[in-house]
Amino acid sequence: MMDYSYFPGCSLESAHSSYNDSVKKVFKHLDSNLHELEDWNCCGATAYMSVKEIVGFAISARNLAIAEKQKWDLIAPCSSCYTILAKTHRYMKELPELKERVNECLKEGGLSYNLKVKVRHPLDVLINDIGLEKIKEKTKVRLDGLKIANYYGCQIVRPEKGFDDREEPMTMDNLFSAVGATNVYYPMKVKCCGGMLMTTYEDVALKLSKEIIECAVNNGANCIVTTCPLCQMNLEAYQDEINKAYSTNYNMPILFFTQVLGLAFGFSDSELGIDKNLTAGIKINGALIHQ
Amino acid sequence: MKIVNIKVPGKLSWKEQDLRVSFLRQLEAVPNSEKIKSCIQCGTCTGSCPVSYAMDISPREVIALFRAGDMESLLHSKTIWVCASCYACQTRCPALIKVTDIIYALKRLAMEKNIYPPNFPVYSLSQSFVKIMNSYGRLHEARLLVFYFVKTNPFKLFSFMPLGLRMAKKKRIAYMPSKIKDIKNFQKIIKKAEQFDMPRTVGEVQYLKGAVGYGAVDKKTELESKK
Repeated sequence: MMDYSYFPGCSLESAHSSYNDSVKKVFKHLDSNLHELEDWNCCGATAYMSVKEIVGFAISARNLAIAEKQKWDLIAPCSSCYTILAKTHRYMKELPELKERVNECLKEGGLSYNLKVKVRHPLDVLINDIGLEKIKEKTKVRLDGLKIANYYGCQIVRPEKGFDDREEPMTMDNLFSAVGATNVYYPMKVKCCGGMLMTTYEDVALKLSKEIIECAVNNGANCIVTTCPLCQMNLEAYQDEINKAYSTNYNMPILFFTQVLGLAFGFSDSELGIDKNLTAGIKINGALIHQ
Repeated sequence: MKIVNIKVPGKLSWKEQDLRVSFLRQLEAVPNSEKIKSCIQCGTCTGSCPVSYAMDISPREVIALFRAGDMESLLHSKTIWVCASCYACQTRCPALIKVTDIIYALKRLAMEKNIYPPNFPVYSLSQSFVKIMNSYGRLHEARLLVFYFVKTNPFKLFSFMPLGLRMAKKKRIAYMPSKIKDIKNFQKIIKKAEQFDMPRTVGEVQYLKGAVGYGAVDKKTELESKK
Protein backbone atom coordinates (compact mmCIF):
# COMPACT_ATOMS: atom_id res chain seq x y z
CA MET A 1 0.00 0.00 0.00
CA MET A 2 1.54 3.26 -1.13
CA ASP A 3 0.42 6.78 -0.27
CA TYR A 4 0.82 9.88 -2.40
CA SER A 5 -0.25 13.52 -2.30
CA TYR A 6 -2.33 14.30 -5.34
CA PHE A 7 -2.44 17.58 -7.26
CA PRO A 8 -5.30 17.42 -9.78
CA GLY A 9 -4.92 20.91 -11.24
CA CYS A 10 -7.53 23.26 -12.68
CA SER A 11 -8.16 21.59 -15.98
CA LEU A 12 -8.84 18.21 -14.35
CA GLU A 13 -11.58 19.89 -12.37
CA SER A 14 -13.61 20.86 -15.42
CA ALA A 15 -12.89 20.07 -19.07
CA HIS A 16 -10.80 17.01 -18.30
CA SER A 17 -12.58 15.47 -15.33
CA SER A 18 -12.26 12.21 -17.26
CA TYR A 19 -8.49 12.29 -16.67
CA ASN A 20 -9.07 12.93 -12.97
CA ASP A 21 -11.57 10.06 -12.67
CA SER A 22 -9.43 7.61 -14.59
CA VAL A 23 -6.24 8.41 -12.65
CA LYS A 24 -8.08 7.82 -9.38
CA LYS A 25 -9.65 4.57 -10.61
CA VAL A 26 -6.35 3.19 -11.89
CA PHE A 27 -4.42 3.98 -8.71
CA LYS A 28 -7.13 2.57 -6.49
CA HIS A 29 -7.12 -0.62 -8.56
CA LEU A 30 -3.37 -0.85 -7.95
CA ASP A 31 -3.81 -0.42 -4.17
CA SER A 32 -2.31 3.07 -4.00
CA ASN A 33 -3.88 5.92 -2.08
CA LEU A 34 -4.07 9.39 -3.58
CA HIS A 35 -4.61 12.11 -0.98
CA GLU A 36 -5.78 15.31 -2.65
CA LEU A 37 -3.51 18.20 -1.70
CA GLU A 38 -5.21 20.34 0.93
CA ASP A 39 -6.54 23.61 -0.58
CA TRP A 40 -4.23 23.52 -3.62
CA ASN A 41 -4.03 26.49 -5.96
CA CYS A 42 -3.35 26.77 -9.69
CA CYS A 43 0.30 26.02 -10.48
CA GLY A 44 0.52 29.18 -12.58
CA ALA A 45 1.18 27.34 -15.84
CA THR A 46 3.28 28.90 -18.57
CA ALA A 47 1.12 32.03 -18.58
CA TYR A 48 2.16 33.21 -15.12
CA MET A 49 5.82 32.23 -15.50
CA SER A 50 6.07 34.33 -18.62
CA VAL A 51 4.52 37.44 -17.05
CA LYS A 52 5.77 37.65 -13.51
CA GLU A 53 8.43 35.16 -12.66
CA ILE A 54 8.74 35.47 -8.90
CA VAL A 55 4.96 35.49 -8.48
CA GLY A 56 4.87 32.40 -10.68
CA PHE A 57 7.42 30.63 -8.51
CA ALA A 58 5.75 31.78 -5.28
CA ILE A 59 2.27 30.49 -6.09
CA SER A 60 3.65 27.24 -7.39
CA ALA A 61 5.80 26.87 -4.25
CA ARG A 62 2.70 27.34 -2.08
CA ASN A 63 1.55 23.92 -3.31
CA LEU A 64 4.95 22.40 -2.61
CA ALA A 65 4.92 23.89 0.90
CA ILE A 66 1.54 22.29 1.60
CA ALA A 67 2.73 18.98 0.13
CA GLU A 68 5.78 19.10 2.38
CA LYS A 69 3.45 19.04 5.38
CA GLN A 70 1.69 15.95 4.00
CA LYS A 71 5.07 14.16 3.69
CA TRP A 72 4.30 11.99 0.64
CA ASP A 73 5.54 12.32 -2.95
CA LEU A 74 3.37 14.70 -4.95
CA ILE A 75 1.65 13.29 -8.04
CA ALA A 76 0.62 15.76 -10.76
CA PRO A 77 -1.05 14.19 -13.83
CA CYS A 78 -1.30 17.39 -15.90
CA SER A 79 1.92 17.84 -17.87
CA SER A 80 1.97 21.57 -17.33
CA CYS A 81 1.41 21.32 -13.56
CA TYR A 82 4.05 18.58 -13.39
CA THR A 83 6.68 20.56 -15.23
CA ILE A 84 5.99 23.85 -13.40
CA LEU A 85 6.02 22.25 -9.94
CA ALA A 86 9.18 20.30 -10.76
CA LYS A 87 10.83 23.40 -12.22
CA THR A 88 9.99 25.45 -9.14
CA HIS A 89 11.57 22.80 -6.93
CA ARG A 90 14.66 22.49 -9.14
CA TYR A 91 15.27 26.22 -9.56
CA MET A 92 14.81 26.86 -5.85
CA LYS A 93 17.37 24.15 -5.21
CA GLU A 94 19.85 25.51 -7.75
CA LEU A 95 19.48 29.16 -6.81
CA PRO A 96 19.61 29.70 -3.03
CA GLU A 97 18.78 33.36 -3.61
CA LEU A 98 15.55 32.43 -5.35
CA LYS A 99 14.68 30.05 -2.54
CA GLU A 100 15.18 32.84 -0.05
CA ARG A 101 12.97 35.25 -2.01
CA VAL A 102 10.21 32.73 -2.54
CA ASN A 103 10.25 31.74 1.12
CA GLU A 104 9.99 35.39 2.08
CA CYS A 105 6.77 35.52 0.02
CA LEU A 106 5.44 32.25 1.44
CA LYS A 107 6.02 33.55 4.97
CA GLU A 108 3.29 36.13 4.34
CA GLY A 109 0.90 33.20 4.03
CA GLY A 110 2.34 31.35 7.03
CA LEU A 111 4.17 28.76 4.93
CA SER A 112 7.70 27.76 4.00
CA TYR A 113 9.26 25.30 1.58
CA ASN A 114 12.45 23.39 2.36
CA LEU A 115 12.94 21.34 -0.81
CA LYS A 116 11.68 18.07 0.66
CA VAL A 117 8.98 17.23 -1.88
CA LYS A 118 9.45 14.90 -4.85
CA VAL A 119 7.22 15.89 -7.75
CA ARG A 120 6.16 12.81 -9.70
CA HIS A 121 4.16 12.06 -12.81
CA PRO A 122 1.66 9.18 -12.56
CA LEU A 123 3.41 7.45 -15.46
CA ASP A 124 6.66 7.48 -13.48
CA VAL A 125 4.91 6.08 -10.40
CA LEU A 126 3.15 3.35 -12.39
CA ILE A 127 6.38 2.12 -13.94
CA ASN A 128 8.93 2.71 -11.18
CA ASP A 129 6.97 2.32 -7.91
CA ILE A 130 4.16 -0.05 -8.77
CA GLY A 131 5.94 -1.89 -11.59
CA LEU A 132 4.86 -3.68 -14.73
CA GLU A 133 4.63 -7.05 -12.96
CA LYS A 134 1.86 -5.87 -10.68
CA ILE A 135 0.11 -4.11 -13.58
CA LYS A 136 0.14 -7.36 -15.56
CA GLU A 137 -1.23 -9.20 -12.54
CA LYS A 138 -4.08 -6.76 -12.18
CA THR A 139 -5.02 -6.77 -15.88
CA LYS A 140 -8.49 -8.20 -16.52
CA VAL A 141 -9.00 -7.41 -20.21
CA ARG A 142 -5.95 -7.78 -22.46
CA LEU A 143 -5.97 -5.04 -25.07
CA ASP A 144 -5.00 -7.42 -27.90
CA GLY A 145 -5.32 -5.85 -31.30
CA LEU A 146 -5.46 -2.26 -30.10
CA LYS A 147 -2.90 -0.19 -31.99
CA ILE A 148 -1.70 2.78 -30.01
CA ALA A 149 0.26 5.88 -30.98
CA ASN A 150 1.94 6.94 -27.74
CA TYR A 151 2.07 10.71 -27.65
CA TYR A 152 4.14 12.01 -24.73
CA GLY A 153 4.11 15.70 -25.67
CA CYS A 154 6.67 18.20 -24.48
CA GLN A 155 6.41 18.87 -20.85
CA ILE A 156 6.77 15.56 -19.08
CA VAL A 157 10.01 14.67 -20.84
CA ARG A 158 11.57 18.13 -21.11
CA PRO A 159 13.45 20.33 -20.30
CA GLU A 160 15.53 18.33 -17.77
CA LYS A 161 16.06 14.62 -17.96
CA GLY A 162 13.48 13.14 -15.64
CA PHE A 163 12.06 9.65 -15.42
CA ASP A 164 12.31 8.99 -19.15
CA ASP A 165 14.40 9.78 -22.21
CA ARG A 166 13.89 13.22 -23.68
CA GLU A 167 13.97 12.22 -27.34
CA GLU A 168 12.75 8.62 -27.31
CA PRO A 169 10.71 8.01 -24.16
CA MET A 170 9.51 4.44 -23.67
CA THR A 171 7.58 4.29 -20.38
CA MET A 172 4.14 4.52 -21.99
CA ASP A 173 5.13 2.06 -24.75
CA ASN A 174 6.28 -0.47 -22.13
CA LEU A 175 3.13 0.07 -20.11
CA PHE A 176 0.82 -0.71 -23.01
CA SER A 177 2.74 -3.67 -24.35
CA ALA A 178 2.49 -5.10 -20.83
CA VAL A 179 -1.31 -5.05 -21.11
CA GLY A 180 -1.32 -6.55 -24.60
CA ALA A 181 -1.67 -3.54 -26.89
CA THR A 182 0.52 -2.88 -29.94
CA ASN A 183 2.55 0.33 -30.12
CA VAL A 184 2.80 1.68 -33.65
CA TYR A 185 5.92 3.36 -35.00
CA TYR A 186 5.40 6.95 -33.92
CA PRO A 187 8.24 9.41 -34.47
CA MET A 188 6.04 12.35 -33.38
CA LYS A 189 5.92 11.15 -29.77
CA VAL A 190 7.64 14.20 -28.27
CA LYS A 191 6.73 16.84 -30.85
CA CYS A 192 4.84 19.93 -29.75
CA CYS A 193 1.06 20.19 -30.39
CA GLY A 194 1.16 23.98 -30.29
CA GLY A 195 -0.08 24.33 -26.72
CA MET A 196 -1.56 27.70 -25.93
CA LEU A 197 -0.88 28.91 -29.47
CA MET A 198 -4.27 27.42 -30.35
CA THR A 199 -5.85 30.53 -28.84
CA THR A 200 -3.22 33.05 -30.00
CA TYR A 201 -1.72 31.86 -33.31
CA GLU A 202 -4.30 29.31 -34.39
CA ASP A 203 -2.82 28.61 -37.84
CA VAL A 204 0.52 27.59 -36.33
CA ALA A 205 -1.06 25.32 -33.73
CA LEU A 206 -3.38 23.70 -36.28
CA LYS A 207 -0.38 22.81 -38.45
CA LEU A 208 1.50 21.23 -35.53
CA SER A 209 -1.55 19.29 -34.31
CA LYS A 210 -2.34 18.12 -37.82
CA GLU A 211 1.14 16.63 -38.21
CA ILE A 212 0.72 14.69 -34.97
CA ILE A 213 -2.61 13.17 -36.06
CA GLU A 214 -1.43 12.59 -39.62
CA CYS A 215 1.56 10.55 -38.46
CA ALA A 216 -0.65 8.36 -36.25
CA VAL A 217 -3.08 7.77 -39.11
CA ASN A 218 -0.29 6.92 -41.55
CA ASN A 219 1.14 4.37 -39.15
CA GLY A 220 -2.18 2.63 -38.67
CA ALA A 221 -2.95 3.64 -35.07
CA ASN A 222 -6.49 3.15 -33.70
CA CYS A 223 -6.02 5.94 -31.20
CA ILE A 224 -3.57 8.49 -29.87
CA VAL A 225 -2.84 8.20 -26.18
CA THR A 226 -1.64 11.25 -24.30
CA THR A 227 -0.68 12.42 -20.82
CA CYS A 228 -1.51 16.10 -21.20
CA PRO A 229 -4.90 17.84 -20.97
CA LEU A 230 -3.86 20.63 -23.32
CA CYS A 231 -2.61 18.19 -25.96
CA GLN A 232 -5.83 16.21 -25.59
CA MET A 233 -7.85 19.38 -26.09
CA ASN A 234 -5.89 20.57 -29.11
CA LEU A 235 -5.87 17.20 -30.84
CA GLU A 236 -9.46 16.31 -30.09
CA ALA A 237 -11.58 19.44 -29.95
CA TYR A 238 -9.81 21.05 -32.90
CA GLN A 239 -9.92 18.01 -35.18
CA ASP A 240 -12.86 19.53 -37.05
CA GLU A 241 -10.89 22.73 -37.58
CA ILE A 242 -7.93 20.73 -38.82
CA ASN A 243 -10.18 18.84 -41.22
CA LYS A 244 -11.53 22.14 -42.51
CA ALA A 245 -8.15 23.80 -42.88
CA TYR A 246 -6.40 20.85 -44.54
CA SER A 247 -9.33 19.13 -46.31
CA THR A 248 -8.70 15.97 -44.33
CA ASN A 249 -11.15 13.56 -42.81
CA TYR A 250 -9.65 12.58 -39.48
CA ASN A 251 -11.73 11.05 -36.73
CA MET A 252 -8.97 9.87 -34.44
CA PRO A 253 -9.85 9.05 -30.81
CA ILE A 254 -7.60 10.91 -28.38
CA LEU A 255 -7.47 9.23 -24.98
CA PHE A 256 -5.62 9.73 -21.73
CA PHE A 257 -3.22 6.92 -20.92
CA THR A 258 -5.08 6.22 -17.69
CA GLN A 259 -8.32 5.76 -19.64
CA VAL A 260 -6.78 3.05 -21.80
CA LEU A 261 -5.11 1.43 -18.81
CA GLY A 262 -8.47 1.55 -17.02
CA LEU A 263 -10.05 -0.41 -19.86
CA ALA A 264 -7.42 -3.10 -19.35
CA PHE A 265 -8.33 -3.14 -15.65
CA GLY A 266 -11.93 -3.84 -16.59
CA PHE A 267 -13.54 -0.47 -15.92
CA SER A 268 -16.37 0.64 -18.18
CA ASP A 269 -16.14 3.56 -20.61
CA SER A 270 -18.42 5.75 -18.50
CA GLU A 271 -16.41 5.04 -15.33
CA LEU A 272 -13.33 6.27 -17.16
CA GLY A 273 -15.06 9.24 -18.80
CA ILE A 274 -14.44 7.90 -22.29
CA ASP A 275 -18.05 8.75 -23.11
CA LYS A 276 -17.13 12.40 -22.59
CA ASN A 277 -14.75 12.35 -25.55
CA LEU A 278 -15.78 14.19 -28.69
CA THR A 279 -14.26 11.88 -31.31
CA ALA A 280 -14.98 8.31 -32.36
CA GLY A 281 -14.74 5.34 -30.04
CA ILE A 282 -12.14 2.57 -30.15
CA LYS A 283 -12.48 -1.18 -30.66
CA ILE A 284 -11.10 -3.62 -28.13
CA ASN A 285 -11.36 -7.36 -28.80
CA GLY A 286 -13.85 -6.53 -31.53
CA ALA A 287 -16.18 -4.60 -29.25
CA LEU A 288 -16.66 -0.89 -29.82
CA ILE A 289 -16.01 1.17 -26.72
CA HIS A 290 -18.37 4.14 -26.55
CA GLN A 291 -20.68 5.39 -29.33
CA MET B 1 8.54 60.49 -40.84
CA LYS B 2 9.47 56.82 -40.95
CA ILE B 3 11.58 55.50 -38.14
CA VAL B 4 14.56 53.65 -39.53
CA ASN B 5 16.42 51.17 -37.42
CA ILE B 6 20.02 52.01 -38.09
CA LYS B 7 22.44 49.23 -37.27
CA VAL B 8 25.89 50.67 -36.95
CA PRO B 9 28.10 49.43 -34.15
CA GLY B 10 29.00 52.02 -31.60
CA LYS B 11 28.49 53.04 -28.01
CA LEU B 12 25.21 51.56 -26.80
CA SER B 13 22.31 53.98 -26.70
CA TRP B 14 20.76 54.82 -23.36
CA LYS B 15 17.68 52.83 -24.26
CA GLU B 16 19.70 49.78 -25.26
CA GLN B 17 21.67 49.94 -22.03
CA ASP B 18 18.46 50.11 -20.05
CA LEU B 19 17.03 47.10 -21.89
CA ARG B 20 20.23 45.15 -21.39
CA VAL B 21 20.34 45.76 -17.68
CA SER B 22 16.68 44.82 -17.29
CA PHE B 23 17.23 41.70 -19.35
CA LEU B 24 20.23 40.60 -17.31
CA ARG B 25 18.15 41.11 -14.20
CA GLN B 26 15.40 38.94 -15.67
CA LEU B 27 17.98 36.22 -16.21
CA GLU B 28 18.87 36.22 -12.52
CA ALA B 29 16.17 33.65 -11.82
CA VAL B 30 17.56 31.27 -14.46
CA PRO B 31 20.28 28.91 -13.20
CA ASN B 32 23.46 28.92 -15.34
CA SER B 33 22.17 31.79 -17.45
CA GLU B 34 25.76 32.91 -18.11
CA LYS B 35 25.96 30.03 -20.62
CA ILE B 36 24.42 32.46 -23.10
CA LYS B 37 28.02 33.60 -23.68
CA SER B 38 29.09 30.19 -24.94
CA CYS B 39 26.76 29.97 -27.95
CA ILE B 40 28.57 28.59 -30.99
CA GLN B 41 25.81 29.58 -33.43
CA CYS B 42 25.32 26.01 -34.61
CA GLY B 43 21.59 26.46 -35.21
CA THR B 44 20.48 23.26 -33.47
CA CYS B 45 17.87 25.35 -31.62
CA THR B 46 16.37 26.71 -34.84
CA GLY B 47 16.43 23.28 -36.46
CA SER B 48 14.67 21.72 -33.46
CA CYS B 49 12.06 24.45 -33.13
CA PRO B 50 8.65 23.35 -34.46
CA VAL B 51 7.51 26.96 -34.93
CA SER B 52 10.70 28.59 -36.25
CA TYR B 53 9.07 28.71 -39.70
CA ALA B 54 6.60 31.26 -38.30
CA MET B 55 9.25 33.41 -36.61
CA ASP B 56 10.85 36.58 -37.92
CA ILE B 57 14.03 36.07 -35.89
CA SER B 58 15.14 32.47 -35.41
CA PRO B 59 16.16 31.17 -31.97
CA ARG B 60 19.81 31.13 -33.08
CA GLU B 61 19.52 34.75 -34.11
CA VAL B 62 17.96 35.61 -30.75
CA ILE B 63 21.21 34.70 -29.02
CA ALA B 64 23.27 36.39 -31.74
CA LEU B 65 21.33 39.65 -31.49
CA PHE B 66 21.63 39.72 -27.72
CA ARG B 67 25.38 39.32 -27.99
CA ALA B 68 25.59 41.91 -30.75
CA GLY B 69 23.90 44.43 -28.50
CA ASP B 70 20.55 44.79 -30.23
CA MET B 71 17.91 44.02 -27.62
CA GLU B 72 15.43 46.36 -29.19
CA SER B 73 14.97 44.28 -32.37
CA LEU B 74 14.47 41.23 -30.18
CA LEU B 75 11.74 42.85 -28.13
CA HIS B 76 9.91 43.98 -31.25
CA SER B 77 10.05 40.52 -32.81
CA LYS B 78 7.16 38.13 -33.37
CA THR B 79 9.47 35.33 -32.24
CA ILE B 80 9.11 35.83 -28.52
CA TRP B 81 5.31 35.53 -28.78
CA VAL B 82 5.21 32.58 -31.18
CA CYS B 83 7.37 30.38 -28.95
CA ALA B 84 5.14 27.53 -27.75
CA SER B 85 7.56 26.72 -24.90
CA CYS B 86 8.04 23.09 -25.90
CA TYR B 87 11.69 23.19 -24.72
CA ALA B 88 13.03 21.32 -27.78
CA CYS B 89 15.78 23.94 -28.29
CA GLN B 90 16.81 23.91 -24.65
CA THR B 91 16.98 20.13 -24.55
CA ARG B 92 19.26 19.84 -27.57
CA CYS B 93 21.56 22.85 -27.15
CA PRO B 94 25.14 21.49 -27.10
CA ALA B 95 26.28 24.58 -25.19
CA LEU B 96 23.60 23.96 -22.51
CA ILE B 97 21.95 27.34 -23.08
CA LYS B 98 18.46 27.62 -21.60
CA VAL B 99 17.00 29.04 -24.81
CA THR B 100 13.34 28.70 -23.78
CA ASP B 101 13.97 30.41 -20.46
CA ILE B 102 15.77 33.19 -22.30
CA ILE B 103 12.74 33.69 -24.54
CA TYR B 104 10.55 33.77 -21.41
CA ALA B 105 12.81 36.48 -20.03
CA LEU B 106 12.41 38.47 -23.25
CA LYS B 107 8.63 38.09 -23.06
CA ARG B 108 8.57 39.41 -19.53
CA LEU B 109 10.86 42.26 -20.49
CA ALA B 110 8.67 43.24 -23.46
CA MET B 111 5.63 43.32 -21.19
CA GLU B 112 7.51 45.26 -18.52
CA LYS B 113 8.53 47.84 -21.13
CA ASN B 114 5.09 47.83 -22.78
CA ILE B 115 6.49 46.75 -26.14
CA TYR B 116 3.65 44.94 -27.92
CA PRO B 117 0.72 45.88 -30.14
CA PRO B 118 -2.53 46.90 -28.38
CA ASN B 119 -4.88 43.99 -27.59
CA PHE B 120 -2.01 41.74 -28.43
CA PRO B 121 -3.21 38.13 -28.14
CA VAL B 122 -0.49 36.59 -25.98
CA TYR B 123 -0.37 39.54 -23.64
CA SER B 124 -4.18 39.65 -23.29
CA LEU B 125 -4.34 35.93 -22.60
CA SER B 126 -1.70 36.16 -19.90
CA GLN B 127 -3.36 39.19 -18.34
CA SER B 128 -6.77 37.51 -18.27
CA PHE B 129 -5.13 34.48 -16.72
CA VAL B 130 -3.46 36.55 -14.01
CA LYS B 131 -6.71 38.38 -13.22
CA ILE B 132 -8.67 35.17 -12.66
CA MET B 133 -5.86 33.55 -10.69
CA ASN B 134 -5.53 36.47 -8.31
CA SER B 135 -9.18 36.43 -7.38
CA TYR B 136 -9.87 32.69 -7.20
CA GLY B 137 -6.52 30.95 -6.78
CA ARG B 138 -7.58 28.51 -9.46
CA LEU B 139 -8.12 28.90 -13.15
CA HIS B 140 -11.61 28.90 -14.61
CA GLU B 141 -11.25 27.93 -18.25
CA ALA B 142 -14.62 29.21 -19.49
CA ARG B 143 -14.06 32.60 -17.91
CA LEU B 144 -10.52 32.80 -19.29
CA LEU B 145 -11.72 32.29 -22.85
CA VAL B 146 -14.57 34.80 -22.48
CA PHE B 147 -12.27 37.47 -20.99
CA TYR B 148 -9.72 36.82 -23.66
CA PHE B 149 -12.03 36.95 -26.66
CA VAL B 150 -13.83 40.02 -25.37
CA LYS B 151 -10.48 41.78 -25.15
CA THR B 152 -9.05 40.68 -28.48
CA ASN B 153 -11.79 39.67 -30.89
CA PRO B 154 -15.37 39.41 -29.58
CA PHE B 155 -16.55 37.90 -32.89
CA LYS B 156 -14.34 34.92 -32.29
CA LEU B 157 -16.57 34.10 -29.34
CA PHE B 158 -19.35 33.27 -31.80
CA SER B 159 -17.19 31.00 -33.88
CA PHE B 160 -16.21 29.27 -30.64
CA MET B 161 -19.87 28.55 -29.80
CA PRO B 162 -20.28 25.22 -31.65
CA LEU B 163 -17.29 23.72 -29.87
CA GLY B 164 -18.51 25.22 -26.59
CA LEU B 165 -21.89 23.54 -27.06
CA ARG B 166 -20.32 20.18 -27.85
CA MET B 167 -18.19 20.46 -24.73
CA ALA B 168 -21.24 21.48 -22.67
CA LYS B 169 -23.23 18.49 -23.94
CA LYS B 170 -20.49 16.19 -22.67
CA LYS B 171 -20.54 18.02 -19.32
CA ARG B 172 -17.01 19.26 -19.83
CA ILE B 173 -17.59 22.91 -18.91
CA ALA B 174 -17.58 24.13 -15.32
CA TYR B 175 -19.90 27.12 -15.10
CA MET B 176 -18.82 28.31 -11.69
CA PRO B 177 -15.19 28.94 -10.80
CA SER B 178 -13.79 26.92 -7.94
CA LYS B 179 -12.11 29.05 -5.32
CA ILE B 180 -9.46 28.15 -2.80
CA LYS B 181 -10.36 28.44 0.88
CA ASP B 182 -7.32 30.34 2.04
CA ILE B 183 -7.59 33.05 -0.62
CA LYS B 184 -6.55 35.77 1.86
CA ASN B 185 -3.12 34.32 2.54
CA PHE B 186 -2.77 33.40 -1.12
CA GLN B 187 -3.22 37.03 -2.09
CA LYS B 188 -0.74 38.10 0.57
CA ILE B 189 1.86 35.80 -1.02
CA ILE B 190 1.21 37.32 -4.44
CA LYS B 191 1.39 40.86 -3.08
CA LYS B 192 4.76 40.20 -1.49
CA ALA B 193 6.07 38.45 -4.61
CA GLU B 194 5.04 41.36 -6.80
CA GLN B 195 7.50 43.57 -4.97
CA PHE B 196 10.29 41.44 -6.39
CA ASP B 197 8.93 41.84 -9.89
CA MET B 198 9.07 45.63 -10.04
CA PRO B 199 10.47 47.16 -13.24
CA ARG B 200 14.14 48.08 -13.04
CA THR B 201 15.84 51.07 -14.58
CA VAL B 202 19.29 51.86 -15.83
CA GLY B 203 21.60 53.46 -13.32
CA GLU B 204 21.29 50.61 -10.85
CA VAL B 205 24.12 48.86 -12.61
CA GLN B 206 27.13 50.78 -13.84
CA TYR B 207 29.14 48.11 -15.59
CA LEU B 208 27.53 48.65 -18.98
CA LYS B 209 28.97 52.14 -19.30
CA GLY B 210 30.88 52.45 -22.52
CA ALA B 211 29.65 49.07 -23.84
CA VAL B 212 29.43 48.79 -27.59
CA GLY B 213 27.08 46.99 -29.93
CA TYR B 214 24.59 47.38 -32.74
CA GLY B 215 21.86 48.94 -30.59
CA ALA B 216 23.87 52.11 -30.78
CA VAL B 217 21.52 54.75 -32.04
CA ASP B 218 18.63 55.90 -29.93
CA LYS B 219 15.61 56.02 -32.23
CA LYS B 220 14.19 59.02 -30.43
CA THR B 221 17.39 61.07 -30.57
CA GLU B 222 17.84 60.07 -34.18
CA LEU B 223 14.38 61.45 -34.98
CA GLU B 224 15.03 64.69 -33.19
CA SER B 225 18.36 65.27 -34.85
CA LYS B 226 16.76 64.94 -38.28
CA LYS B 227 14.02 67.47 -37.50
